[in-house]
Amino acid sequence: MPAISLAKAPQPAATNPAQIRNFCIIAHIDHGKSTLADRMLGITEVVEARNMRAQYLDRMDIERERGITIKSQAVRLPWRSSIDGQEYILNMIDTPGHVDFTYEVSRSLAACEGAVLLVDCAQGIEAQTLANLYLAMENNLTIIPVLNKIDLPNAQPEKFAAELAKLIGCQPEDCLRVSGKTGDGVADLLDQIVAQIPAPVGDANAPARALIFDSVYDSYRGVVTYVRVVDGHLSPREQIQMFSTGVRHEALEVGVISPEPLASKGLGVGEVGYLITGVKDVRQSRVGDTITTYNNPTKSALSGYKDPKPMVFSGLFPLDGADFPILREALDKLQLNDAALVYEPESSAALGFGFRCGFLGLLHMEIVRERLEREHKLNLISTAPNVVYNVTMDDGKEVRVTNPSEFPDGKVAAVFEPIVKSTILAPAEFIGTIMELCQDRRGTLLGMDYISEDRVEIRYDLPLAEIVFDFFDQLKSRTKGYASLDYEEKGDAEGNLVKVDILLQGEAVDAFSAIVHRDKAYAYGVMMTGKLRELIPRQQFEVPIQAAIGARIIARESIRAIRKDVLAKCYGGDISRKRKLLEKQKEGKKRMKMVGRVEVPQEAFVAALATDADIEKVKAARKAGQ
Amino acid sequence: MTLSFYVHIPYCIKRCGYCDFNTYTPSELQDGATLEIVSSDYIDAVLQELAAAPTDPVPTIFFGGGTPSLLPAHDLGRVITAIKARNSLTPDCEITLEANPDSVTAEKLAEYLQVGFNRISFGMQSAKPHVLAVLDRTHNPVNVEKAITMARAAGFKSISVDLIYGTPGESLEDWRETVENALSLDIDHISAYALIVETGTKLAAQIKRGDLTMPNDDLMADMYLLVDQMCEAKGLTWYELSNWSKPGHQCRHNIAYWENKNWWGLGPGAHSHIDAKRFWNVKHPTTYKQKVFAGETPILDCEQLTAEQIKDESILLGIRMREGLQIELLEPHQLEVLALYRDNGFIELQADRVILSPAGRLIADRIVREITI
Repeated sequence: MPAISLAKAPQPAATNPAQIRNFCIIAHIDHGKSTLADRMLGITEVVEARNMRAQYLDRMDIERERGITIKSQAVRLPWRSSIDGQEYILNMIDTPGHVDFTYEVSRSLAACEGAVLLVDCAQGIEAQTLANLYLAMENNLTIIPVLNKIDLPNAQPEKFAAELAKLIGCQPEDCLRVSGKTGDGVADLLDQIVAQIPAPVGDANAPARALIFDSVYDSYRGVVTYVRVVDGHLSPREQIQMFSTGVRHEALEVGVISPEPLASKGLGVGEVGYLITGVKDVRQSRVGDTITTYNNPTKSALSGYKDPKPMVFSGLFPLDGADFPILREALDKLQLNDAALVYEPESSAALGFGFRCGFLGLLHMEIVRERLEREHKLNLISTAPNVVYNVTMDDGKEVRVTNPSEFPDGKVAAVFEPIVKSTILAPAEFIGTIMELCQDRRGTLLGMDYISEDRVEIRYDLPLAEIVFDFFDQLKSRTKGYASLDYEEKGDAEGNLVKVDILLQGEAVDAFSAIVHRDKAYAYGVMMTGKLRELIPRQQFEVPIQAAIGARIIARESIRAIRKDVLAKCYGGDISRKRKLLEKQKEGKKRMKMVGRVEVPQEAFVAALATDADIEKVKAARKAGQ
Repeated sequence: MTLSFYVHIPYCIKRCGYCDFNTYTPSELQDGATLEIVSSDYIDAVLQELAAAPTDPVPTIFFGGGTPSLLPAHDLGRVITAIKARNSLTPDCEITLEANPDSVTAEKLAEYLQVGFNRISFGMQSAKPHVLAVLDRTHNPVNVEKAITMARAAGFKSISVDLIYGTPGESLEDWRETVENALSLDIDHISAYALIVETGTKLAAQIKRGDLTMPNDDLMADMYLLVDQMCEAKGLTWYELSNWSKPGHQCRHNIAYWENKNWWGLGPGAHSHIDAKRFWNVKHPTTYKQKVFAGETPILDCEQLTAEQIKDESILLGIRMREGLQIELLEPHQLEVLALYRDNGFIELQADRVILSPAGRLIADRIVREITI
């Protein structure tokens, strides 16, 4: 076998850049990236067969369960090429595979000279993969097209080889064919990585420059920073400096992942590894930043550093108000590992105390929430997500709105909302239905191309707010799950947007306010008032529910006064039963919120604001509490 | 102190589809045994349990079920005689028998009277055959009138009927006819209950399957207001949320429950209230008999009421009565809540009492919730 034992392989800090190949794998969820990575770990013998487990590199439970990678990994794989018989070091950088983490993907790509484009040859390329492929091509990476899952009975390697060839401008026969499952073609792929991907180039004598492409908080060791050294050298015990902040740290440990952390004498030009400085917060070691040395600092940073910018906001509230301090601690802790997460305390008349949180996107939001619930045993309610609006007032004042209830009351001159450039890949038969959906969601068609005989790429500008509001679910259901979506920021645009308030007995309920397009305000008003009529129990008097834009009422419903709430029989054993019910209701009463004189159960707020999953959870919690 | 007795008779010929009471058909309990054997055996057990009760004088005894009229008068009479011998009965002692209109004859009624019963309550439920069919009731509506005439002729001084409203398929008009029919009979008292779908009953299953649909609360409310209005017009005034009577014919046994007097329940599943303690027996007749005959207590569990629980109970029971709640027992914030209900026509605030209006009685539980929480 062309594997080399670790002890005999070229050592970190002493590897000639010409022997190094840095690559990543670009693939969609489910296309078999983790399985292929597992196979590479096995074939290069860095993991012994008896220690092997599925999705070896995915550390968090949540990653394994959802089959996605949230944080990237970089593994050093020694390999002897069967083409030239020479020893090489392959650094495989595992990238996150989702639209929310495009920036992190771009940094991972920037750490490589080549990319394996991995496509399931039963499904074909997906929109996010395409987006990442374009990103890789912009970064001048060498692309190795690979068709995976050739062992599947419904594999169509010819069809998808043609598709890939067209996309990257190669010949269909240049596409390698592998099976991560059986291991077929994987050794050949490693040889091709050596043969096709250029070795890293850098100046070993220049001031050190290393790119941070990931930063992970570890509760025992503090922040572990993943770097790719471009120039110079990083050594343990050396004073290092973050270029963007100028902050100085001591490199307590420098090492490589193979695939467990292994301390080394340092990292040289072209090498990929980690360093530990003892800092406790990933915001002090940001993805995209350049690390240099304090004694001999570089004057020019590596390009491409950006501050993460939250795009989607949502309120997170503990189901049990007493859990608020736990939620605060949990967010503080999570932020140590997630520089993109922002939050500030928020109080809602409806949901009590919680936090308004900013996320990179919907998946990021879901992951944060799931981690809070799972790792901190919290039961959370999240409000419907919204985007950030910039409102210009008549007097020229500008207001940034991350919560619809903050929308200013005065004379509004203009409202700006974020727009994204979206790419949808789907079978051609769905063109009509997709265009209809995009049109309905205020999209502007940018163009359309056939990427193969029967698959198209459709490009639209869409307001992010429309995507945040169930667009993806709609797209999937209208295309039988075949369409895939990717999008990227494209700045703000003015929109004809208004705030719709919902009033109970004439009093606005902040939690139900929404910012919507003027043409959709009526529909929102009708939908929300109708929903609330069903959800709010009848009171002792009639309760009008209204939807309003400013002072103008656009929809109205009413909850009729209650007629009957009594048990007819009350004898013998009924008395204890009745008193016990009352005692239980006393508990329930604590979950009632008064909106003016109207009593609204927390469930009503949840059902009106949150997702179906939330509603199920609230029901389950009630049941368990009974 | 006095002590009222409830005697549970856990037997029915057939279980009705809506019923979740602790009752069994004799064949469910003892293979091949005749009703006479089951009855005699069961009364032996009840008499053994009686030995544990306090010995205060007894103002009321109520035989409920199940179907007490299924058992022979001499068996039920053994219980009355035993209570009389050990506790003594007050001179005006009210002794009620719950009866199925189909299971009485002139002869039987005379026997019940002879062993000491003086009040009888018939399970009429409805005058409409289609409503009775949904309820699984076997009696012929015509038998109700016959039974009442016979009971009066036999010498019962106080006669009551139980009605149920809100049965699936029952219209407001059906209900009007039922109440009209009941009021045309020679009765002194009416209990009218909204049908409650209890989990685990045949009715609950039929509703779950969609075979039957429960009427909405608005119709139920209209039905309640209708029976209240019709009873009042006939001189039967309400004295508790679901009970109306001619003067002097209130059920004193039930009033003992609502006024938190001391009462002892004999039989499986029966509840008792003695001072600030509530306790209840094991549910199944067989277990009950085994325990009692083995000389063990049949009490399954008990609770000692706290001062707050006693107060809650007195509010939730008192508010259902015509006398209402004494204002001096209420706190200022409770009166504040009640003022809003008064403004909306649900209660009447008199100088010293809070009394529910008919519309208020319909939301009594809600009002109790608001003032006790």
